[in-house]
Amino acid sequence: MAFLVLENIRKEFANSTAVEEFDLAVEAGEFVSFLGPSGCGKTTTLRMIAGFEKPSSGRIVLGGRDITNARPNDRNVGMVFQQYALFPNMTVGQNVGFGLKLKKASREDIDARVQELLELIHLPDKGDAYPHELSGGQQQRVALARALAIRPQVLLLDEPLSALDAKIRDELRNEIRRIQRQLDITTIYVTHDQEEAMALSDRVVVMSRGVMEQVGPPFQIYNYPATKFVASFVGKLNQIPGTVVDRETVQSNGNRLRTSTPIEEAVGASVNVMVRPEELDLGAGEENHFSGTVESVNFLGAIVRVRVEKGDEAVTADLFNERLLELPAVGDAVTVSFPAHACWVMKA
Amino acid sequence: MTVTAPPIETVPIRVETAKASRGSKVFAWLIFFGAIFYFFTPLVATGERAFNAIGGAFSLEAFRRVLTDPQFITTFTASVINAVATIVVSLLIIVPTAYWVTLRLPRLRSVVEFITLLPFVIPAVVLVFGLIRMYSGPPLLLLRTVGSSRIVLICAYAALSFPYMYRAVDNGLRAINVRTLTEAAQSLGAGWATILWRVIFPNLRVALLSGALLTFAIVVGELTIALYLAQMTFPVYMANLVRNFVAEPAALTVMAFAMTWIAMGVIAYLSRLQPGTWSRRRRRGS
Repeated sequence: MAFLVLENIRKEFANSTAVEEFDLAVEAGEFVSFLGPSGCGKTTTLRMIAGFEKPSSGRIVLGGRDITNARPNDRNVGMVFQQYALFPNMTVGQNVGFGLKLKKASREDIDARVQELLELIHLPDKGDAYPHELSGGQQQRVALARALAIRPQVLLLDEPLSALDAKIRDELRNEIRRIQRQLDITTIYVTHDQEEAMALSDRVVVMSRGVMEQVGPPFQIYNYPATKFVASFVGKLNQIPGTVVDRETVQSNGNRLRTSTPIEEAVGASVNVMVRPEELDLGAGEENHFSGTVESVNFLGAIVRVRVEKGDEAVTADLFNERLLELPAVGDAVTVSFPAHACWVMKA
Repeated sequence: MTVTAPPIETVPIRVETAKASRGSKVFAWLIFFGAIFYFFTPLVATGERAFNAIGGAFSLEAFRRVLTDPQFITTFTASVINAVATIVVSLLIIVPTAYWVTLRLPRLRSVVEFITLLPFVIPAVVLVFGLIRMYSGPPLLLLRTVGSSRIVLICAYAALSFPYMYRAVDNGLRAINVRTLTEAAQSLGAGWATILWRVIFPNLRVALLSGALLTFAIVVGELTIALYLAQMTFPVYMANLVRNFVAEPAALTVMAFAMTWIAMGVIAYLSRLQPGTWSRRRRRGS
């Protein structure tokens, strides 16, 4: 049996269903992200693991123990909140040691553990500081140390980076991953930021409207999205409408587009051909073509984003920047192309 | 010329705003001095009497007489004890209530607020007669002795303090993120008592102090209820004094004012402190 098991979890509020049919088995030491837009039930699910919400039905088992109805203070989970939630009346050291003090650990043990954790989060000298004297990023590190101090069986993080500046966010993201690997602690991470989820996780759970859309490693989620929602929520995506001709061809506005993923839809059905912008290239070098006029060219540094229009349809091509790249101008007639193995077909 | 144009255009606007602010400044000072006059005239008159016990010359005789009166000591002590007891009762009722309303029943906030405001609506005389009717007959015969009447008095005072105490505590709770702090403490293994005592109370320190000081001021100054419940408190003593003396009650009044001001100063000072300032001072001092 996996280390943390959520079995057919369902959560209903007064007049809505927040989560349904949630089934997940997390292995010990695994880093799993819940990814989805706000209101998709990811935070509610996390709060059920923490014990702040009770599932309407289903079971939660942690390390072989059924904790479905256990009180939050009787679960041995560490929680990090979006708003840091450090106790303002306590020093950093007291914050980190709070959980151990409640467990009646000896003073020496607490002090040693607190120092160990402050070193882990690279704030060894801040033990006597008060939370209001620290920056947001530092406060969130302390919150992480506080959650880890009690040696929880599972670490829960609820959008821990969304209150921080972009730069601090990247830095702390790497810190979280480093610490998680170092301690080998089972971690559930809730976020609406796909980049965060991709960069951190062993597996990502994509959620929408209380339902799990897809569970898998980031590579699989991104390259082989199982549902239309996942395809459009994770990463950017071109959708070219057309009708099915045969198992590997779609007729689209004068062009024949071929895919090497067998088409499941019936011949004549309306479908969309899906392809990621980075698979598109300028010129007619690849099998599938799309010709039109350049509507915009955005220079983003590492990539250049070119939007090509033809009538009502438009596609975006992300080109890798290089010094020899010849940028098209707005209004130019261009052809972009992509290989058959890069695209797949979904029902319109 | 285009370079100089913008400043020229802005000049008249500046003059106008300056004029307007000068006008409103004068008005503000007028109101300020009006208020000073209104508030301080009675105080100056009282002080005049207090420091003038022996016709004509400045003296502290009135203060000496008051402070050496054994009845002053006993009644004042009684009132202070009542005040402390009231504060404890009021805190024990209001803090958990306000905490629970904020955390779990935010929709009831306005209802609870209304209930705590009732002492403003119900005159003290009505309240005390209600209490007398209620507790002078069975099943609860609390007005048989002076001691048990005192319990009723303290409970009545606690009710009187609710509007101030609830407001102070509610403001304090709004200033901290009650829900997340509670959940953070829970996930670290804390139960309700620990959360209230170790996390919520300490973070409400300033709010609780200002509520407590206001309660103190009310209890030390309340006459009606104490009088009808036959309690010999400080205001009752003061009222008796007024009937027979001139300078002594004035001296008492001046002292009461001084105490109130000190209390207000303490509230103002405390509310400016950042969390941790106290313990930090303590640590540096030791």
